[in-house]
Amino acid sequence: MPDRKFLVTFSPHDRHPETTNKVMMTVVIAMLPIIANSIWYYGYYAVKGYVLTTLFCIGFEYLFDKISGRPVAIKDNSALVTGLLLAMNMPAAAPWWTMLVGSFIAIVVSKQVYGGLGQNPFNPALVARVFLLIAWPVEMTSWVKPSPIIHGFLFDTVSSATPLGTLKSDIIAHGHVVTANLATYTDQIIGNVSGCMGGDGAVFVLIGGLFMMNRKVISWHIPISFLGTLFAFTGIIWLINPQRTIDPFLHIVSGGAMLAAFFMATDYVTSPVIKRAQIVFGIGCGLIAGIIRIYGSYPEGTGFAVLIMNAFVPLLDKYMRPLSFGEVKK
Amino acid sequence: MPFFGFKGGVHPDYNKSLTSGKPTETLPVKAGDKYYLPLSQHIGAPAKPVVAKNQQVKTGELVAEAGGFISAAIHSPVNGKVTSISHVIHPMAGRMEGIIIEADETNDEFEPISDEGTFQQIVQRAGITGMGGATFPTHVKLSPPKEVDSLLINGAECEPYLTCDHRMMLEQTLKVIKGAVLIKEKLNIKNLIIGIEKNKPDAIQIFKRYEKEYGFELVPLYVKYPQGGEKQLIKACLNRVVPEGKLPVEVGVIVHNVGTAAAVYEAYYDKKPLFERIVTVTGAVVTPKNLRVRVGTPILSLIDACGGFLGVPKKIVMGGPMMGMAVTSVETPVMKGTSGILVYREEDMPDLTKYPCIRCGRCVDACPMLLVPSIMDRFVKKEMYEELEQHHVMNCIECGCCSYVCPSRRTLVGGFKTSKRHIMQRIKERGAKNA
Repeated sequence: MPDRKFLVTFSPHDRHPETTNKVMMTVVIAMLPIIANSIWYYGYYAVKGYVLTTLFCIGFEYLFDKISGRPVAIKDNSALVTGLLLAMNMPAAAPWWTMLVGSFIAIVVSKQVYGGLGQNPFNPALVARVFLLIAWPVEMTSWVKPSPIIHGFLFDTVSSATPLGTLKSDIIAHGHVVTANLATYTDQIIGNVSGCMGGDGAVFVLIGGLFMMNRKVISWHIPISFLGTLFAFTGIIWLINPQRTIDPFLHIVSGGAMLAAFFMATDYVTSPVIKRAQIVFGIGCGLIAGIIRIYGSYPEGTGFAVLIMNAFVPLLDKYMRPLSFGEVKK
Repeated sequence: MPFFGFKGGVHPDYNKSLTSGKPTETLPVKAGDKYYLPLSQHIGAPAKPVVAKNQQVKTGELVAEAGGFISAAIHSPVNGKVTSISHVIHPMAGRMEGIIIEADETNDEFEPISDEGTFQQIVQRAGITGMGGATFPTHVKLSPPKEVDSLLINGAECEPYLTCDHRMMLEQTLKVIKGAVLIKEKLNIKNLIIGIEKNKPDAIQIFKRYEKEYGFELVPLYVKYPQGGEKQLIKACLNRVVPEGKLPVEVGVIVHNVGTAAAVYEAYYDKKPLFERIVTVTGAVVTPKNLRVRVGTPILSLIDACGGFLGVPKKIVMGGPMMGMAVTSVETPVMKGTSGILVYREEDMPDLTKYPCIRCGRCVDACPMLLVPSIMDRFVKKEMYEELEQHHVMNCIECGCCSYVCPSRRTLVGGFKTSKRHIMQRIKERGAKNA
């Protein structure tokens, strides 16, 4: 009998075609409408931002893997996703060195030192954003007025406050909402307001989010519970006193709420694996974001909200584990 | 009959059309060929040889008796001579004690078994084990310690590629039905339910014809793997949940594969012991086929009967792609529970590049036992068996859904299988200490 060497592995012998690098690529594709929208409004600045953060993030990933003697993991595309997300979380006019520092914080400090992909407790892009915001508040809040690309790719920047920032200062100055200073729904939804590169333009974020849902990369649990809670919480405050805050529709389309709900909070590594825990996680995000927006001193709180809830993920996964099939509750 | 379904599960590529339309062919016995009979082809104690070296045996003659109640007898698949009682290749154990028989001229005749004693004793004498792959001795299942109100006949065949049960249902419909009715009547069971997955519409149609006449309920099953898992099937058809660590009898159900029902029929009415079965030979072979083969036939003979390998074989799996075992040698014999031989070439293999776990939760959603494989895998890597036990790893049915969906290609189920063995050992030691 011919004696051949056959491969012996554990079953199963067939696998689902989805692989980690493909999942990451799907996320990148889902980001394309958002990236296109930021380039439309911020032209050169957006291109510069996305290119730099992506290069820096992939560069740091490569360097860290090389120096620490690990296999180079840039093939998994996760550094690419982090880089793009980081750019979306920065003002268009942020100087290049903030992007360098931000990428270092995201890749090295908040991911690689924990053991690399899959090991980080906090969303790398958000850690970087919050670090930059605290370390260089001026650079990180120098917002640029959007200027459609048809008016020039490289344009002279005009600084302008974000709608949520205006809202916060109005409330501090006048004690109530100044309706005349609010952005229109249309501007808010298409992203024609100043802010982070990727946060505004709710409709483009939504398209990306729905695409990821359609491709089964994310499920509805986190985005819906996140936005639903933010909507309900701000809605109640608004109903009680419309002078205190903007209406809940405007809340969920402004700032980084949509981006956080679809792209940041749904980050696999830093969200629960159990579906019902994901709902609690989303509710927590929405609630904390709402509280910070209305009662905090920061105009926007979604980033902090997601980071705070990231810390609860191991607990949620541990205590919300479903009973296994046929398990008797003790 | 309502259909209740079960949570979790996956939808792999079924690839059944390679063989589903092909009638079963019989692989003839060639004089001079060797047949390898491992003494452990079933769950439980190994069988004990009752023949001596150089002894002449006839087809159907007892060559090894059951080694206890939970064990099964083994019969000679051919007329021939016992050439050795030593070691044979076994897919799980590597090598195992077994009997090798060299065939003489063999035809369809066989030595009938005695029909004395109870129904269970006859089944036991025939050496019947579960034909679906788990190979639990059938007479044990037919001796329920509790009252059983439902007999579930499993025609799901949810494993991709395999079509042996499908062909059996088409070609030996009445044998399956009569075998099932026989069990139902002998055990005084009220309900007889036959579940067939909807991807076998022809089988459903044929069974439908006999539904009234033989008084069973036909349940067309939604196509999802592992629909044919005992606990999943009971949940899907009867909406009953078998408690963790318990057998289906606990909820008044016994489940038998369609092949087992047919074997019981043959044992009782034809006095035929179990020495042959249908095997689907598929994948990278020239002509994939459903073959009726004698137990003990080395798989190379099956592959040759299908025109040989197509291309260069890389991996040979005994069983289906989800739960089957990769074998090391083409000398590995067909056993009572061998439902398929699946050959992979290099180019048929899935991309197995490993990545770190990204906690995507696909395994959690896929687990039909509602476990959390991604978290349990961390305990496996650190050999934290107590935590694994607390996460109910013993409830794992090893269906492989978690590994199947994992985009990072982690060996989830593989780790659980090994851990379960360690934990069993620990439980035994604990018991010994307390005793």
